[in-house]
Amino acid sequence: MASGIKDKVAILGMGCAKFGERWDMNADSLMVEAYEEAIADAGIETSQIDAAWLGVAFDAVNIGPSGIPLATALRLNSVGVTKVENYCASGTESFRGAVYAVASGAADIALALGVEKLKDTGYGGLPVRTRGTTFDMTGITGSAPGQFAQLASAYRQQHGVSKEDLKRAIAHVSVKSHANGAKNPKAHLRKAVDMETVLNAPMIAEPLGLFDCCGVSDGAACAIVTTPEIARALGKKDLVTVKALQIATSNGWELQQGGGWNGSYFHTTRVAAEKAYKEAGVTDPRKQISLTEVHDCFSITELVTMEDLFLSKEGEGWKDVLDGVFDADGEVPCQIDGGLKCFGHPIGASGLRMIYENYLQLLGRAGERQRQTPPSLALSHNLGGMPNQNVSAVAIVGMADA
Amino acid sequence: MTTDTGILSFGAYIPRHRLQRSAIYAANAWFAGGLKGLAKGERATANWDEDALTMAVEAARDALEGFDRDELGSLSLASTSLPFIDRLNSGVVKEALTLKDATGAFDITGGQRVATSALIQAFAAAKGGAKPHLSLASEMRLSRPASEAELTQGDAAVGLLVGTGDVVAKFLGSHSTTIDFVDHFRMSGQDFDYTWESRWIRDEGYTGMIGSALKEAFAALDVRADAIDRFIVPITARGVAEGLAKRAGVKAEAVADRLAANVGETGVAHPFLLLAAALEEAKAGETIALIGFGQGVDVLLFEATGKAQSPRRGVRGSIARGAPTDNYMRWLFHRGNLMLDRGMRAEFDEKQPGTTLWRQRKAVLGLVGGRCTKTGTVQFPKSDISVNPNDSAVHTQEDYPLADKTAKVVTYTADSLTYSPAPPSYYGMIDFEGGGRMMAEITDADADDVEVGREVRMMFRIKAVDERRNFTKYFWKAVPVR
Repeated sequence: MASGIKDKVAILGMGCAKFGERWDMNADSLMVEAYEEAIADAGIETSQIDAAWLGVAFDAVNIGPSGIPLATALRLNSVGVTKVENYCASGTESFRGAVYAVASGAADIALALGVEKLKDTGYGGLPVRTRGTTFDMTGITGSAPGQFAQLASAYRQQHGVSKEDLKRAIAHVSVKSHANGAKNPKAHLRKAVDMETVLNAPMIAEPLGLFDCCGVSDGAACAIVTTPEIARALGKKDLVTVKALQIATSNGWELQQGGGWNGSYFHTTRVAAEKAYKEAGVTDPRKQISLTEVHDCFSITELVTMEDLFLSKEGEGWKDVLDGVFDADGEVPCQIDGGLKCFGHPIGASGLRMIYENYLQLLGRAGERQRQTPPSLALSHNLGGMPNQNVSAVAIVGMADA
Repeated sequence: MTTDTGILSFGAYIPRHRLQRSAIYAANAWFAGGLKGLAKGERATANWDEDALTMAVEAARDALEGFDRDELGSLSLASTSLPFIDRLNSGVVKEALTLKDATGAFDITGGQRVATSALIQAFAAAKGGAKPHLSLASEMRLSRPASEAELTQGDAAVGLLVGTGDVVAKFLGSHSTTIDFVDHFRMSGQDFDYTWESRWIRDEGYTGMIGSALKEAFAALDVRADAIDRFIVPITARGVAEGLAKRAGVKAEAVADRLAANVGETGVAHPFLLLAAALEEAKAGETIALIGFGQGVDVLLFEATGKAQSPRRGVRGSIARGAPTDNYMRWLFHRGNLMLDRGMRAEFDEKQPGTTLWRQRKAVLGLVGGRCTKTGTVQFPKSDISVNPNDSAVHTQEDYPLADKTAKVVTYTADSLTYSPAPPSYYGMIDFEGGGRMMAEITDADADDVEVGREVRMMFRIKAVDERRNFTKYFWKAVPVR
């Protein structure tokens, strides 16, 4: 394995638009909202940005193709702008582009921005779209909850968990995230809910009810990265650096190899997590990782991800969830900002939003929701696609001296 | 091995839902109280993802069970309700059955007795030395809400394998008449039949035309009417078959049940359906008379050999797997007789490029996957590089048909969000016996009957319809084994 990029790149500034139903905003304005915060935080001028990456997933229903919308919205200085799309992992994918550019020395300062304008779809949930002319002839379009709900059927079977126990565990995931989101002024959903409400909500895709599904939101998030040396030269004192950045992509094994993957976990997340821990020098994630932001598109996704990130033992994540291990005041808080569930899920922005929260927490700037035990290493997990075919991105950021 | 010409094997498919006629009547009583007399029993109704073509595929698979498909010379599909006016429907059936390209195929349509007429021609061809022919008849007619046809008709498909050799029924001969008797009609492009007065049809059509044809047939074929052991009249109107038997001198006990009570009159498929039902019970030496009616009459005579191996499903099995339902609204919607608000998710563009379908026809229409000749790994779809993580062998895969493999559910959900004409949409990952895996829609599913480990078998179904360009897309779905 390559030696990695640990501590080669520092975050100079970050910004995040308020997520939600931004009926009055185009994607351009959302990008500007996130960018204004990031550039002010970075303390630089637009002209100092050498290269940019734009993450968007549903470009056909919002900004359209190419990097031009980002270059235009921010009036970038004719630098290279690359648009990336990797399903819901597009945000972390854009971050990877910028971070790699800096780590390689190709750019001194690079920008990553993720944006999604989903509330022009006309209906709730994600827009229905093609997966290509070949796939569409034989594949299942389905809905996102339908794809992820299948995790639950396999998880129950693999680990002998009853329908009722698993339903309660995933309900706890959502109740926790709602409690966290209520404290976050930028979150889409800011109302706490109780177990009963979650358990009795209308069924969307068995066993996922309405509250097992994350919010579909408009939003944007932005990161400006540079080398630790340049960051210090620019006057930054408490540096947050990238400790690890790994992406694993399904090659069809889960979907096509009979008798292989059992459907109850994310093969790619396990691969990406293992590589990321190695890159970051993490040997005991449950002890060393201070907090996590994971891709809780659905409650069941968060639950199995706790195992795939090796924070829970296989088959025991549901118990840890019910024991409050991942609550805001638990051992390893997960979604302390409300997560996709409540902060919201503007697809292309989500991976960057997670890193934004981790960045704020590390610097002690998270306000009312600030983790009391000072965090030193924070992990974000950004997943694109569906359990049987996906892109799993794990990013670990931490204090430069951690 | 004998050299008799006749029916080598047969198979049937009746869709699972049995709509209770009382439910149809209850919804329409306010408007058409006169239907009360027909409001008994149940009728077979195809699911939203079935049509005359998909049902024909199922009947064909049943008929071809245990038969080497490479031995088939040709197939035909008779129906008045084929999905395509101009695209060989039987050609799609050929692909679904993964028959070799050197197979003849043709559609037969235009009237209610075209299946029996085609069958007569198939026997003639077989006598002339033609290779075995699969004669399919399938029907899923549309009927106007509150019509008699809604109550009396049904949906079904039947396959008869015609050839020479160890037949289950020997073909003794036939007699046909043609008279332009317009009891009902349907012009091209129209959905519904227009039907004339039933009393005229009964007197001049059934009693007159069939009566005469029977007399002529018995004389021409030198058969005594009272020697007929099974008298098959595919007309479900009350008393017609019994009246014809009486007038023709056929024994009353020879009159075959018309399956009116539990299936309904299945149009072009009905003579075949009743023949298949008879063959499931006929003993060696029994004489069977089969009638086809529609702008004339076909009379066919058979002698059962008693060698009928009941097909896996057949008519008996098809009737046994029926599931009663009162959901008349759902059926109206599925047949396009009720416009529900389907929401924006139903607006997804289902445009099918002709080129991709042609390139992938084996995978899409035949469910043919790949098997690595080096490692034995089975996968769907076939690919240049094997999915096997331990040996990504390149260009090693051979065709591997999966349609007839049973499978087990690995993951599943019941999705209420995605658009489906029959929500919730069941789908999940399935593993085939002997290797191979895919994500599949699970159709004909009941709540609480889908679980991890549940055994399923594949059926050829409608995947989606491109409503902008009017094109039906087909693919294979999983059905719980019952």
